[in-house]
Amino acid sequence: MILLWLILVLLIGGLLAWLAGPRHPLWSRWVSLASLGVDLALALALWVEAPGGVDLSRGGPWVATLTWSWIPTFGINFHLAADGLSILMTMLTLVLGIASVLASWTEIRERVGFFHFNLLWSLAGTLGVFLAFDLFLFFFFWEVMLVPMYFLIALWGHERRIYAAIKFFLFTQGSGLFMLIAILGLVFAHHSATGTYTFDYFDLLGTRLAPHLAMWLMLGFFFAFAVKLPAVPFHTWLPDAHTEAPTAGSVILAGVLLKTGAYGLIRFVVPLFPEAAHRFAPVAMALGVVGILYGAMLAFAQRDLKRLVAYSSISHLGFVLLGVFAWNLLALQGAVMQMVAHGLTTGALFIMVGAIQERLHTRDMGRMGALWHAMPRMGAVGLFLAVASLGLPGLANFVGEFLTLLGSYRVSVPLTVTATVGLVAATVYALILVQKVFHGRPREHWEAADLGARAMAVMLTLIALVVWLGVYPQPVLNTAHPALSAALTPPARVALSTGAAP
Amino acid sequence: MAQLLWLVPLLPLLGFTALALTGGHLGRRAVAWIGAGSVGLSAALALWIAAGFLLHPPAGHAYTLTAWQWMAVEGFTPTIGFYLDPLSVVMMLVVTFVGFLIHLYSTEFMAGDPGYSRFFAYLNLFVASMLALVLADNLLFLYLGWEGVGLCSYLLIGFWYDDPDNGRAARKAFVVTRIGDVAFTVGLFVLFTHLGTLDIQPLMAQAAAQWPAGSALATTAAFLLLGGAVGKSAQLPLQTWLPDAMAGPTPVSALIHAATMVTAGVYLIARTHVLFALAPAAQLAVAVVGAATLLLAGFSALTQWDIKRILAYSTISQIGYMFLALGVGAWAVAIFHLMIHAFFKALLFLSAGVVIHALDDEHNIFRMGGLRRTLPAAFWPFLIGGLALSAVPFISAGFYSKDLIIFDAWSSASGSPWLWAAAWVGALMTSMYTFRLIFIAFFGEPRTQVTRRPGTRVMIPLVILSVLSVIGGCLELPAYMGNVHLFTGFLHLSLPAVHALAGDATETALELLSAAASLGGIYLAYVLFLRNPHWLRNLASQGTGAALHRFWFGDWAMDWLYDRLAVRPYYWFARVNRGDVVDAFYRGLALLSQALHEVLSETQTGTLRRYALGMTVGSLIVLSIAVFV
Repeated sequence: MILLWLILVLLIGGLLAWLAGPRHPLWSRWVSLASLGVDLALALALWVEAPGGVDLSRGGPWVATLTWSWIPTFGINFHLAADGLSILMTMLTLVLGIASVLASWTEIRERVGFFHFNLLWSLAGTLGVFLAFDLFLFFFFWEVMLVPMYFLIALWGHERRIYAAIKFFLFTQGSGLFMLIAILGLVFAHHSATGTYTFDYFDLLGTRLAPHLAMWLMLGFFFAFAVKLPAVPFHTWLPDAHTEAPTAGSVILAGVLLKTGAYGLIRFVVPLFPEAAHRFAPVAMALGVVGILYGAMLAFAQRDLKRLVAYSSISHLGFVLLGVFAWNLLALQGAVMQMVAHGLTTGALFIMVGAIQERLHTRDMGRMGALWHAMPRMGAVGLFLAVASLGLPGLANFVGEFLTLLGSYRVSVPLTVTATVGLVAATVYALILVQKVFHGRPREHWEAADLGARAMAVMLTLIALVVWLGVYPQPVLNTAHPALSAALTPPARVALSTGAAP
Repeated sequence: MAQLLWLVPLLPLLGFTALALTGGHLGRRAVAWIGAGSVGLSAALALWIAAGFLLHPPAGHAYTLTAWQWMAVEGFTPTIGFYLDPLSVVMMLVVTFVGFLIHLYSTEFMAGDPGYSRFFAYLNLFVASMLALVLADNLLFLYLGWEGVGLCSYLLIGFWYDDPDNGRAARKAFVVTRIGDVAFTVGLFVLFTHLGTLDIQPLMAQAAAQWPAGSALATTAAFLLLGGAVGKSAQLPLQTWLPDAMAGPTPVSALIHAATMVTAGVYLIARTHVLFALAPAAQLAVAVVGAATLLLAGFSALTQWDIKRILAYSTISQIGYMFLALGVGAWAVAIFHLMIHAFFKALLFLSAGVVIHALDDEHNIFRMGGLRRTLPAAFWPFLIGGLALSAVPFISAGFYSKDLIIFDAWSSASGSPWLWAAAWVGALMTSMYTFRLIFIAFFGEPRTQVTRRPGTRVMIPLVILSVLSVIGGCLELPAYMGNVHLFTGFLHLSLPAVHALAGDATETALELLSAAASLGGIYLAYVLFLRNPHWLRNLASQGTGAALHRFWFGDWAMDWLYDRLAVRPYYWFARVNRGDVVDAFYRGLALLSQALHEVLSETQTGTLRRYALGMTVGSLIVLSIAVFV
């Protein structure tokens, strides 16, 4: 039940925030904050109460499940479950949700109620994605998180918000269509093999598929997740969407929505189609490496601060793609760590960019420079985040990147070496950010207030998390461990290798 | 007391945290106490621990302390752990002790700077990272320190961030060293993948057990680590960042870019000496890189006019000597020179700082002159440092350390006359460019007014370092002077001794030659730069002389080359592809569907007859397909 409440609290909170908006904007802010806080408490309880306490590696993978029959004819259930991976993603979602409500405190002044409604519903959809274990339900939540996000960009975004919103919608919707077809194909294949219709993840896990059919179905899933991740060359919606979205939208997009793509790869592509995905792995890894370098190079090229951060996301998520398809636990742990670390650092970076834009009314780095003078706290925070972004050891991103590369080295030396060169490219874009924004000569005279107490509280919390996970990442690694080793040894593989036939 | 080892790096880290969190709201006095005090405490503790180590050596002359398990995944179990053996004892002492002196100096030197608190925060973070680097018991934790010092180096080179040139120099330093770090990182992948651990001592044991000497994997791994060392220690071909790094405040140049960080590569190779011994090709490369670098940097130093750049090239050159020593298997000798170099080069930079301050930020030696009389407080320390750098016989510590290297380059089993010749010519160059600087800046007529004189907190470090630069060599005396081997004897507890093929007689003969190089260089400098400066001026003003001068001045055109090969293409790509060529495809797709949409909407005419016609034709086609196919 706790899983259902996780989602329900946000849905109800969203409605209340909408209703409260017209009375006083502060009400909907506090309602949103409260419901996210309650949710985070629930998630933490789930984490701590899990078998074996925080150290999930000692318990089984499944922490909680909930199954209600929904459309029995087609074998569709309302099936929620959580393992370590789901819990990690849930907590990341909620932490960033709180951060983005706080970051929008002064930025959003119009239709405040509806804004928070969309924010919370998008987050609820995301939680659904992380918790659903029925493919129909999963697809349903996949859509739920999309539509409110569309509104967030289209209504509260910046100059080219309509273009960006439509582009975002078309890319995700179009790729989602392929996933829907693949889901249906998988269900029908399962039906023709066993005679029963089911959308349940655990029933479908063992489905035996002809190799080329498995490849096509796998590609259907992969395409949807690769667009979401995003992998080069399906990434071009991201810079527009991230740049045009309001701060909260960017934080949620980068910190959470992109992770649904990575999550999907780990949860569905690898376990459902182990053989096909394994055959496809070299291509996927290569795409990951291309993403690392291409994203970093384009980040360096940008003049718009927010676009720079957006492209850096593409580079960081390239490590995730590389890690997932390197097909060993080391790299996979690295990929999950990278997901968490990227969520925290890039989320914080977007909050910083939002704060700068709110003060300067521009994102053009050509007009900034020497902001450290006016805003030393902002400068210190920005410097820290840039340094975390370039993968400095002792901070969370390093753990993710290093484990990923250490794992992928066993699989492909050339790809790993090329990806490692990405460390230089990351240094280049991170340092140019610091230089253009905070250092150098002032290009224009800015009278701007430094980060306030609320923003500093958010930033220091995120920074503390990044440092903590950088020097002691074990809680995350342990929590994810059972889920990840289960993903790498799915029942499907066992069934096939033993050749068990009815 | 060794149990308190973790406090040594923690104290400066706490200093950094305190300064960072207070964000410049503390008074200057408080900042100075926290900044210098934390390092001072750390140095005192280090001294205490070292004394304990000497008096009651732990079993096996090594002590391990694990703070906590950093992470544990699939057999990958790096710790936050410290390892104390004679090598790390020496490094810890050098870092904390020289570090403290420079902090003390900075409390006065930086007094007028608005970023006082920020400066000490970065400097404390640097000392903490450097201590992590030298005390780490596994390569991943070492790498943490390694990157940490790189970050602090970046922050401090660009400390005066208002000037974009400083920012450029800072970024260059970070990016170039990171290129080396890519090799280092891949080296870690190789080592862990094939040997299953990154804990240095087990790792070295595994390497020796599993890899035969000269095996491909050992050679690859050693070359990759060398890549990291070359970047950090500013050796060929990645030396180009160090001269530009002089944009930072002078205490930074003294601490980071002379005494400690840039020698991290030397430490890394000494620390992993077992691996390099297994890879003769890589070890030869270390020697060749060292020899080539010390020569090239020597020539470049001869042509510079910026006092700090001359010292920067001399640092590159002296680290070249250390690499040469490592390359011929004289591990302990390399560390000896590292320590002595830390003393005299810190001394040189700190006295250069006094000069620069006194002359209102003047860096050009040709606009100085006569400082011997007008600024003796800088002259005497600088002269003592210069004598040590030039390895003047008997009265300087540099003589004892450098001549051991030159001797080993000849006599070691892996040495050769060629390496010796390079080292000898390098020694000649060293005293020549050093005394060129001294003669031009400190002798002759004063050209700039002295406006400021140093106070006590500047003078105390200068005096202490001067003393060390004179007597530091007594730890290690050659056969004809009593055959003292205190330092190498201590280090040989953790590093193997060099196999010298030559006897004491050869040693004496070679040392005489080295002494001749040192004194000859000074004489040449006297003739060429003090007595007859017009000779060289004429030579360097026309034809090949001028071209050669330009070539050396510009660091053998390597900056120019990298600019053309890497920097410009990267900028070009960024400029051309700013709009993301991939997006053009999707934009094209959008335009195409828009066009098709227009074409199709043409058919929406509203004329009933057209629709009826369309339906009829369509039905006919469908029917005929159904019937005939």
